[in-house]
Amino acid sequence: MVRLYPNRCQLVGSAFISGFLISLVRSFIHFVILISRQGKVRLTKWYSPYQQKERSTVIRELSGLILTRGPKLCNFVEWKGFKVVYASLYFCICIDPDDNELEILEIIHHFVEILDRYFGSVCELDLIFNFHKAYYILDEILIAGELQESSKKTVARLIAAQDSLVETAKEETGSISNMISQAM
Amino acid sequence: MAATSSSPSLVDTLFQRSLDDLIRALRSSSSSSVLEAAAIARALDEIRREIRSPDLDTKAVALQKLTYLASLHHLDMSWAAFHALELLPSPSLPHPRVAYLAASLSFHPSSTDLLPLATHQLRKHLAPSPSNTPALVAPALHLLALASSADLACHLASDLLPILSGPLRPKAIATALRAFAVCPDAAPVLFKPLVDCLSLSSEPRAVSAAVSAFCELALAAPDPSPYLPLAPEFYRLLVDSHNNWVLIKVLKIFARLAPLEPRLAVRIHDPVCHLLRRSPAKSLVFECIRTVLSSLSDHDAAVRLAVDKIKEFLASDDDPNLRYLGLQALAMLGPAYLWAVEESREVVIQSLNDTDTNIRHEALCLIMGMLCESNVVEICNLLIKYAMKSDPDFANEILDAVLATCGRNVYELIVDFDWYVSLLGEMARNPHCAKGDEIERQLVDIGLRVRDARPELVLVARDLLIDPAPLGNPFLCRVLSAAAWVSGEYVESSRNLLELVEALLQPRTNRLSSLVRAVYIQAVFKVVTFSFISFIKQIQAFDTKSSADRNAAFESENGVATADKAVIFDSIDNNETIKHESVSHLLDFVETTVGPLSECDDVEIQERARNVLGLIHIIRETRYWDIVAEHGLTRDKKISEIVELMEAAFSEELGPVSTNAQKRDTVPEGLILNENLSDLAEILGDIDVTPCTSILFSLRCHHPTETKEDSAPVIEPSSLLAEHRKRHGLYYLPTEKDEVESNDYPLASDPLLAVSHVDDAKDIVKLTAQSFIPRKAKPTKPRPVVIRLDEGDGVSRSGLTMVKEFKDDLLSGAIRNVLLGNESKPSSSRDMSSDRTSRRGENDASNNNDLFSQPKESNALDGRKHRKSSSRKSRHHARHKEKNGSPGNEDIEETSHRHSTRSSRHQGRHKHRQRGDAPPDVVSQEPVIQDFLL
Repeated sequence: MVRLYPNRCQLVGSAFISGFLISLVRSFIHFVILISRQGKVRLTKWYSPYQQKERSTVIRELSGLILTRGPKLCNFVEWKGFKVVYASLYFCICIDPDDNELEILEIIHHFVEILDRYFGSVCELDLIFNFHKAYYILDEILIAGELQESSKKTVARLIAAQDSLVETAKEETGSISNMISQAM
Repeated sequence: MAATSSSPSLVDTLFQRSLDDLIRALRSSSSSSVLEAAAIARALDEIRREIRSPDLDTKAVALQKLTYLASLHHLDMSWAAFHALELLPSPSLPHPRVAYLAASLSFHPSSTDLLPLATHQLRKHLAPSPSNTPALVAPALHLLALASSADLACHLASDLLPILSGPLRPKAIATALRAFAVCPDAAPVLFKPLVDCLSLSSEPRAVSAAVSAFCELALAAPDPSPYLPLAPEFYRLLVDSHNNWVLIKVLKIFARLAPLEPRLAVRIHDPVCHLLRRSPAKSLVFECIRTVLSSLSDHDAAVRLAVDKIKEFLASDDDPNLRYLGLQALAMLGPAYLWAVEESREVVIQSLNDTDTNIRHEALCLIMGMLCESNVVEICNLLIKYAMKSDPDFANEILDAVLATCGRNVYELIVDFDWYVSLLGEMARNPHCAKGDEIERQLVDIGLRVRDARPELVLVARDLLIDPAPLGNPFLCRVLSAAAWVSGEYVESSRNLLELVEALLQPRTNRLSSLVRAVYIQAVFKVVTFSFISFIKQIQAFDTKSSADRNAAFESENGVATADKAVIFDSIDNNETIKHESVSHLLDFVETTVGPLSECDDVEIQERARNVLGLIHIIRETRYWDIVAEHGLTRDKKISEIVELMEAAFSEELGPVSTNAQKRDTVPEGLILNENLSDLAEILGDIDVTPCTSILFSLRCHHPTETKEDSAPVIEPSSLLAEHRKRHGLYYLPTEKDEVESNDYPLASDPLLAVSHVDDAKDIVKLTAQSFIPRKAKPTKPRPVVIRLDEGDGVSRSGLTMVKEFKDDLLSGAIRNVLLGNESKPSSSRDMSSDRTSRRGENDASNNNDLFSQPKESNALDGRKHRKSSSRKSRHHARHKEKNGSPGNEDIEETSHRHSTRSSRHQGRHKHRQRGDAPPDVVSQEPVIQDFLL
C-alpha cells in the first residue's frame, strides 16, 4: 500500500517552525551535521532556516538517535517525517522522505573523500583546527542545499586556488609591523 | 584595567588569542562541562572586546573565533551581525571571506534585518571585475542563497545575470533558485538564463546545477505543468547524459511530469528500463524503481523489471541499506501489486527479525499495508504472538500498528468482532504492553458501537478483571478501567455475577489509581442494581406464570448449565429460596467489602461507595427481604417503584457521540453564547461555596482513625474469596483455566522462548504462507452492525490544506509566463491540460513518432491544429488578430514561424528569447511543446 507521507509542502512548512518565511522552493538538503562519536558537534550547516534554539534541539535529538545505533545497521533513520542519512562517523544529512537516500550517501562519501584528499587522510583534529576550511570545502560541494561539484579534482583545484589567494593576501597585510602601523 | 576592558587597545591587538589558541584552550578544558563553560565565557568576553577593534585583522580573528563558538557550541551570534558586515568592504581578501562565512552560518532570512545594509557591498562583490575573484564571489553567492530576503533578492536579481554566464555559473544557478523562492518577481529576469543552461552547449556542471534547480522547482510546485514545455530538454538529458547525479534529478522531474501527460510515460519507458537494466549505480537504479512505481505503474514490463530489482535489493545480505530501501520500495507498490509482495513474502517476514529496528519497522509497515478483510485475522494473530517474544520497543510498535490498522475508519477491516475483542484482551496480556490507552478506547468504543460483540466483550473483560496480575501494572490500569466499565454497563451478558463482583472488589484493587477504582465501584453498583431488578422481575414473571415474558438474557443463561448456586438466573425451575440466598449473599459481600471504602480519602471512591451502600440499604428496607415466600408482597408498590427507578437509571443505552454533535444542537432562544459571564461573579460572591468541602472534612474528622482502615478490611474479602473458591471449587474451572492460559504467555525473560528468533520467524513464514493472498472465502458469520455516525466519526481525512498555494501560484505563474510567454493570469493550468487532452484525440495517430525530427511534413497539420488550440491560445489569437487584421494572414505567418523554429530549434529559441515577449513569438514558441507531446 502506498505509504502516506506528509505532503511535501507541509514538510517544508514544518521545517520552518518559526514560520517567518515560507519558502516556495524546498531545499534538497535541509542540513548537514558532523557529530563525533562522543557526541561533539564538529560541523553544522543549515540550508533550511532553523532558529538557534531549534538547531540545538535538532542536534541533541539526532545525536541521541544516531549515536545509539549499532554497527552494521542501515544508514538511514526517520526523524520527524524527514530522513536523515548518516555515514562515516556521523556525517548526517537531512532530506525529505521521498528523496534518494543512496544519492545522499554518495554525497557524504564524496565529501569525505575530498576532505581526505585535502588533509591527507582526514581525522577529527584536522576538522577541529581547520573548521573554516571544512566549511569552505563543503560550500564548494553544496550550495543552498544543492550538489554543486561532483568532480573531486575540481574541488581540490578550487580550494587550492582559494588558499593561495588568501595566503598571498595574508602575507601582504599580516606582518606585525603592518599591524602596529595600522594600530598607531 | 576597567578602561581596557571596555575599549580594545593595542595590547589586545598584539596579544590577541588566535583561533588555534582558543581551540586548544577549549580542548584542554573539555574534560568537565563546568570548565568548558568557563572557558567559553572567557573567550566570549575577549571576543566582545576585540570585535569592536578598529583594526580589521583583530576584528576578523575575533569574528572567526565567534563563528567557531557559534557553529560548534551553539552560541547565539546574532549580536555580532553588524560586525560581520563591517568586514565586508575590507580590501584584504581573508576579511570578507571570514565575514561571509560568519554571516552565512548565522544569518537567517527572517531574523536578519541587517542584511539590506550590505546590499551595496554584495552588489560590488558580484559585479564582474578582475578584483572580484571566485574566492570572493562564491561566498557572496552563498550568503545570498541562504539568507536573502525578498527585497534583497529582487534588488540583486539582475546582478546575478552576468555570473549566470560566467565560470561561477553553477553557484549562480543555485542562488537564482533561492532568489525565486523568496521573490517570485525575480523569475522573469532569471528564468531564461536558467533554461539556457540546459542546452547542449553548456558545460556539464552548469547542466547539472540547472537540472537540480528545475528538479526542486518542479517538486515543490503544487502544479508542475508549467515545466512541461521543458520536457524535450529533460528527455535529451535522460537519453544522453552519463552523469548519475543528473540522471537522478531528471528522473525525479519526470516522475512529477509524467502523471500530467500520459504520452510522456510512454516516451520515458524505454530509457528508464534501459537504465534500470544497465546502470551499476544503486542510487540510480533505486531512483528508476521509484519512477517506475510512481509514474509507470501501468506498464507491466517496467513494473516487472522494477520488482526484480527490488528483489535483488532485498536479497543483498551484506547491505542493510539496500534491504531497507527494498522494503520501502515494496511498500510503494500498493494493493494492486500484491503479487510482488507475495513473491518476497519470506524476506519480508524474515525482516521482522532483522537486527536493525528501521528494517523491522519497514517490514511491519509493509505487512500492515497488506492487511485486508480476509487475512486480518491470521496476520494479526501471528503478529501478536510474535510481539510476545520480541523486545519491548518493537512489541509496542507491533501493538500500535495492529491497533491503528484494525481501528482504522471505525474498524472497517474487522468482520469478526468476537475475535478482535479477544485479540484486544490478548494484547493487554503482552508483558511489554504500553498501549493501554488505545486498548481502553477501543474496548469501550466497540462496546458502544457493536451490539453483537458485547457478550464476548464482557467475557474478555471478565478474564482481565479476574486475573490479579495486571492490577500491579500501571500501563494496564486503563485497560482494566475499560474492562470494569464494560462489565458493568453490559452486565446482562455476564454469566456469573458473584464472580464478577468478587473480581471487581478483590483486595488487590487497592493498587489501582483512585479514578479506576471509582469505575470499579460504579460497575459493582450496576451489577447490584441489575441482579436485584432481574430477581424481582423473575419472581413477578413466575407469579404471573408467563414465562414467555422473561428477559432474553435469562433464557440464554439456561443453556450455560452452570449449576453454581451463586448464579441467580439459572432456571425458573430452581428453588427460589436459593436465589434469594444468592442475591442476599451478593449484597452481603458487597456491603462488607464496599463498607470500608465509604470512609476512603478519595472523594471519587467515597462517593461511589456510598452510592452502593445506599442502594443496598434501600433494597434491604423493602419488606420483601423478610417474607420471601409470600408472593403477594412482590406486588408491593414500593418494590415496583424502586425497580422502575433503577431500570430508568440504566436502561438508556449509551452510544458513540459524533464529533459534530454540538454543532448540530441549536442554540436555545435567548441564550447568548458569547455573553460575558463576569457579572455572575458579583452574584456568586455572596454565596458561600465552601460547605461542600467542609462536609467532607467534617466527615473525615469524625473518624480520624478509620481512614486508615482502608487497607485493613482487605484481608476479609481475600479470605472470603479463598473460602468461596474452596467451597465452589468445581465452578471455578474457567478461572483456573484462564490462569493456566495466562501462564502460557511467555515472560520477556523466559529463556526457553527467547532461544532462536530465526526459528520463530521460520514458523511465521510457514504460517503466513497463505495469509498474504487475500482469499475470497466467505466469513462464517456476517459482519455485525457497527454504529457509524454520518460525519466526523474517525473517518480519515486526506484533505490537506495548502497554505502556500497562493504564493506558489505566483511563482508558477511567473515561470509559466517565461516558458510559455503567457501574459495572462497564472490560472490557466487547468485549461492547458484539458485542452491538451482534447487535442490529443485528434492528432494521436498522425504524429506519434515525430519527436525531434521530421518536422516538415507535419507543418500543414500543425497549422490546422493551431486553429483548434486552447482557449488560452485563442486569447492570444484574438489579440493577434487585432494587430494583423485577417485570420488568414496570421496562419501563414505562424506556419512560417514554425518552420524556422523547427529547422534550427535551438537557434530559433535563442532568437525568440532575445526578442522578448512579443505575442508572435509566443505563438510560435508554443508548438515546441506540442512536438514533444504529440
